[in-house]
Amino acid sequence: MLLSVEDLSVHIGVINPLSDLSFGVDRGQILGLVGESGSGKSLTAMAVMGLLPLIGGRISAGRILFDGTDLAKLPEAALRGYRGRRIALVTQNPMTALDPVVRVGRQVDVMGRMHLGLSADEARRRTIELLTRLRIPEAQAVCEAYPHQLSGGMKQRIVIAIALAGEPDLIVADEPTTALDVTVQAQIIHLLGELVRDRGLGMLLITHDMGVVAQVCDQVAVLYAGRLAESRPAEALFEHPLHPYTSALIGCIPRDGMAPGSLHGIAGAVPSVARYPAGCRFHPRCPRAGEICARQTPELTELTGAGRLACHFPLEGTHG
Amino acid sequence: MITYLTRRLLLLIPVFVAVSVVIFLILHLIPGDPLDNLLRVGSSPEKRAEMSARYGLDRPLVVQYGIWLGNLLQGDLGTSIASRRPVASLIGQALPHSLLLGALALAFSTLAGVALGVAAAIWRDRWADRLIMGGVLLGSTLPSFWMGLLFILAFSVQLGWFPVSGARGWESLVLPVLTIGLGGTALVARVARVAMIDAAERDFVLLLHAKGMPPGRIRLNHVLRHAMIPVVTILSLRIGWILGGAVTVEYVFARPGLGTTLIKALSQHDYPVVQACLLMLAMAVMLGTLLGDVVQALMDPRVRREAA
Amino acid sequence: MSLPRSLSPLGRAMATPLGGLAGGWLILVILAAVLAPVLTPYDYDIQNLPQSFRAPDAEHWLGTDEFGRDLLTRILFGARTSLSVAVTSILISVAAGMILGALAGYLGGRFDRIVTTLVDLTWSFPEILVALILVAIIGPGATGTMVAIAVAYLAQFTRLTRAQVMAIRAETYVEAARSLGASDAHILIRHLIPNALAPVLVTAMLSTGDAIILEATLGFFGLGAQPPVPSWGSMMSSGSALLFKAPWIIIFPGLAVAAAVIAINVFGGALIAALDVRSRPREG
Repeated sequence: MLLSVEDLSVHIGVINPLSDLSFGVDRGQILGLVGESGSGKSLTAMAVMGLLPLIGGRISAGRILFDGTDLAKLPEAALRGYRGRRIALVTQNPMTALDPVVRVGRQVDVMGRMHLGLSADEARRRTIELLTRLRIPEAQAVCEAYPHQLSGGMKQRIVIAIALAGEPDLIVADEPTTALDVTVQAQIIHLLGELVRDRGLGMLLITHDMGVVAQVCDQVAVLYAGRLAESRPAEALFEHPLHPYTSALIGCIPRDGMAPGSLHGIAGAVPSVARYPAGCRFHPRCPRAGEICARQTPELTELTGAGRLACHFPLEGTHG
Repeated sequence: MITYLTRRLLLLIPVFVAVSVVIFLILHLIPGDPLDNLLRVGSSPEKRAEMSARYGLDRPLVVQYGIWLGNLLQGDLGTSIASRRPVASLIGQALPHSLLLGALALAFSTLAGVALGVAAAIWRDRWADRLIMGGVLLGSTLPSFWMGLLFILAFSVQLGWFPVSGARGWESLVLPVLTIGLGGTALVARVARVAMIDAAERDFVLLLHAKGMPPGRIRLNHVLRHAMIPVVTILSLRIGWILGGAVTVEYVFARPGLGTTLIKALSQHDYPVVQACLLMLAMAVMLGTLLGDVVQALMDPRVRREAA
Repeated sequence: MSLPRSLSPLGRAMATPLGGLAGGWLILVILAAVLAPVLTPYDYDIQNLPQSFRAPDAEHWLGTDEFGRDLLTRILFGARTSLSVAVTSILISVAAGMILGALAGYLGGRFDRIVTTLVDLTWSFPEILVALILVAIIGPGATGTMVAIAVAYLAQFTRLTRAQVMAIRAETYVEAARSLGASDAHILIRHLIPNALAPVLVTAMLSTGDAIILEATLGFFGLGAQPPVPSWGSMMSSGSALLFKAPWIIIFPGLAVAAAVIAINVFGGALIAALDVRSRPREG
């Protein structure tokens, strides 16, 4: 495993928005981490990047094994050697991710200069190469542009270029397409998929959009209210979702032939950290919830095939 | 950039006209015959006739304004009633002193204000922040002329470090610059603090951290640079405010300059001098604002685009 | 909000430690100004040259000035001039600014453009400069000072009211009132102005502090209230000349100004917190 997160818990002050999270990402593989907003997805990204202190958070338990090293135990100075160089981040909103007063080229160049020890000229040559490979037309001219002169999709490509420029092993992409037009979304998603397979990178793709997951992910981990609900290979999961929440999420994907308006969202919303219910955190919204669900937290159990599940009443009795 | 500059300069023309009309009208809004306001008491009838012809005082106001503006643009600002010297030469003597003082005070306010604001932002909500912001509140609420007098009392009278007044040597500049700079520093520090905190929470800063850039470098190269944009905006808006401080403080320290000249002329009813001083100060405000806008455009490419 | 809502915003501001301290000081100063003749055995205007330049002592708590007049007495009477000039001029400024701003914001069009241009013009000039121009026209004295300060701050209130009115104008209840056939004047007076009032009043309060300083500065230049009527500024107009001989003549009136202005700013801050001005205009 390139990245293996084990029993990760995060605290922000006294609150505990994320607990007992485990998943793994291999080279050449995309793991989709899915959940509604407030489920703890972005916190996971921050934890893997070692950036929790920026938002006043800390890792309170568990390990983040990257290439054999536990990042959770590394001091900030050592972490900086990983950020950008070995683990890169593609942030949520390309509109605001780039420094608006610095030319785009320089924002990419800095990676080569800082992490690979390249000269200014070498770094620029690499930048242009990279932009060209990301199918950015007139890369040279784009380098001289300011972010506000580029379209959203173009900016997201620049953010991806920045992520790739340090030649990382793992990319953490936090909602990389949410802020983009639907057509551009598809382009970016396919670009990311291509990069992972061509370069043998690992990718942690964080999204709320099951549709995106269905398009590119190999593995899926479904997060609900700071806990793992279900974690399985993508194909199996889409075929036979086991957790009622997963099934509901899949029900949110618009499909061909669906009657307009039949797209059913999930009633209610993810509870805030302060109001996590006892027992299974999904039970107030769950159509299958029984009396035990309100009392007892379902254990995360290994499934016979591959993957894990935390549910008292899974949809099909295939586990155990 | 050049189109931007030209546009901004052209925009100044109507402002200049409006300001000059107001200043021109001062002479006519004062109760009494404008001629009396331009001449010493007991001037000869010939002198009265000459003045009347020179300003066309019997002609319509618009024509008078035209003549006045024409004279002005040729560098003829009239004659001082009190000293009978050409106003242009009085202004010529006073202006360099004021410019030097204003520029130094501006530089001091900016540097000290940014330094304090950044420090307060870094130690946000800790004692250093509270101390700085408390000092800033004091600095922005105390009357500047009074602070000047207290400085004189402490540093000149008691300690004897600096001269009490006048404009001989750099020593005589320290206290005036400090006095004007106090208010400006407070203003800049307050804006800089908020701007630093604001900029540090922007999305792109997260990406910079994710790039593995050292925090010190992020702060210096990116956050500070962004924080400077609102600082320059407020400076360009309030540059006149700092110059206004110069007027007061010059008077306190009895420095030769536009402020002292203006206040003396006001009490002597020396209206040509009053007009000239006000015009100079107004122009300084306009050019200062322009300078601020240009610096802002240099710093922020988005501004250049909007203006183009 | 942790404090009971039944208290008025003023009461809530007074209930905070700093706000209470500042508010208490302001009340004290106002009382001292009103009761000045009762509080002091001395006259503010009778010269007593043998007593001049006396340092503070038991008889003259703050010393005497160059004409032998008791300094504390003059500061108490000076408070009357300084405070009344500042408050009156800000009131004039608020009234005029609100009318101009409300009309500009509500009517829009050419009227709005003219007002906005004029306001922007004066706003970029320092208040002291605007005030000096006005004093040049009207002449020195209390009236001149008042008008000068009123005009100097006019731009600020016009701007603020206009912005508020523009923001509220689009809100639904104004639309509703209009569709019900309410007249322009009715909408302005019953809906727009009351909603713009809170932020304007807080700004007015803070500006009163600035106005006290402006009044003191003009007085210091010898352009404010004319002798023998004392104001805090004019008491210091002897300037640096007396610093060597009798620094208290400069220190104490300045201290009076500083304390009043700081108190106004601190109390204003507490009031802003109590009013929660930002969310205020959205309430119906």
